[in-house]
Amino acid sequence: MKSLAEVFAESLMIDAASVVDSLAYQSIKEWDSVAHMVLVTALEDNFDIMLDADDIVAMSSVAKVREILAKYDVAA
Amino acid sequence: MSEALEARDAVLATPPFALNAAEKGRLLGAALAELTAHHAAHCAPYAGILAAQDGGPPIGITQVPFLPVRLFKELDLRSIPADAVFKTLTSSGTTGQVPSRIYLDQATAQAQSRALAAITTDFIGKDRRPMLIIDHPGVVRDRTSFSARGAGILGMMTYGRAHTYALNDEDMGLNLPAITEFAEKHAGKPIFAFGFTFMVWKYFLSALERAGITLDFPGSVLIHSGGWKKLEDEAVSNEQFKAVAQARAGFDHVHNFYGMVEQVGSVFMECDHGRLHAPGFADVIIRDPLDWKPLGLGQEGIIQVVSAIPLSYPGHSLLTEDRGVLTGEDDCPCGRMGKTFRVLGRIPAAEMRGCSDTHTARAA
Repeated sequence: MKSLAEVFAESLMIDAASVVDSLAYQSIKEWDSVAHMVLVTALEDNFDIMLDADDIVAMSSVAKVREILAKYDVAA
Repeated sequence: MSEALEARDAVLATPPFALNAAEKGRLLGAALAELTAHHAAHCAPYAGILAAQDGGPPIGITQVPFLPVRLFKELDLRSIPADAVFKTLTSSGTTGQVPSRIYLDQATAQAQSRALAAITTDFIGKDRRPMLIIDHPGVVRDRTSFSARGAGILGMMTYGRAHTYALNDEDMGLNLPAITEFAEKHAGKPIFAFGFTFMVWKYFLSALERAGITLDFPGSVLIHSGGWKKLEDEAVSNEQFKAVAQARAGFDHVHNFYGMVEQVGSVFMECDHGRLHAPGFADVIIRDPLDWKPLGLGQEGIIQVVSAIPLSYPGHSLLTEDRGVLTGEDDCPCGRMGKTFRVLGRIPAAEMRGCSDTHTARAA
């Protein structure tokens, strides 16, 4: 299983070092609405979970994604 | 930007179809009054328009001053400083037409996403179903410049999984291998399909009919939007559209929605009883084109839309270029509260526009 930072880095095609908690959706051009859906699929595959529509809308930052994953008992 | 808009926050946090007429009149009325004051304080051209109308502060939903929707083509209207603009939406103006320009900050963009999620999940549930996108993948390929169609598809992808495009890039023909694989993989499960009205009819349902193909997705939902203009020219009614969608693809629930780029997030979704529903944080008023007075049930007029969402631009109350008629309030058999209505078409003089009309069919 990959780490959360690795999933982010691969989905958004950014450097793993730039994946920090404060990184926000739409704050960089790489994290746009297309990449967001790539990220959703990668998170689901990697952590073997099914996110619902509310989760996807609420995934506004790396910290928020971590919080949502915790709901599914994923410590990322 | 720092004043509290408490009624706006409250109405946006309320489930979309829970407020009855009295509750909505109070809460949405207060939210729209807050927004009117907010925009007057932060958008000088808007303040100028209000002063010219000399109406005083609004004390009810129908008293909120409204701007003609085409003003967003003619003026740059925003209630935020230029450096707070996070995204600019433009309407699907075709050649020779000036598009609307709608300026969003992050707060407004987020309110749009949340509102759309609240409405959509009320109709299809929170679980994301396998999704068939009735369009070609090229429509979202250029990430730097989406058409209104591409943006609409991306917005809806949130509500589905295992996204599959039903049409080919080259000729808009059916991508039968992709559709067949999708159908086999998700056999017996209800799916979610989305597309623009004209594309769904012309390149999907009609193509299935011509090819004599019947798909079986029992219990599935099809959501479509973009306007009926081109289908009216082909004399296709909503009833006929639904009947073919059910017969050809097994779409038991077909929901058209009415909405516009000038009020993204405020969508008016059609329920299983064929009525378009206003959510609690938005409303529809039908006005008499002769004296602009609000009309009652069954009386045809011009559609005005109000919404608690627009914070970054003064678009909370707009007069559209569409004709419509109210069909009820708090009394739909589907159980959703709020007004219901039907859209009857464009005002005759209005320019031709509609998201799904941006793809002009080549000669068949």
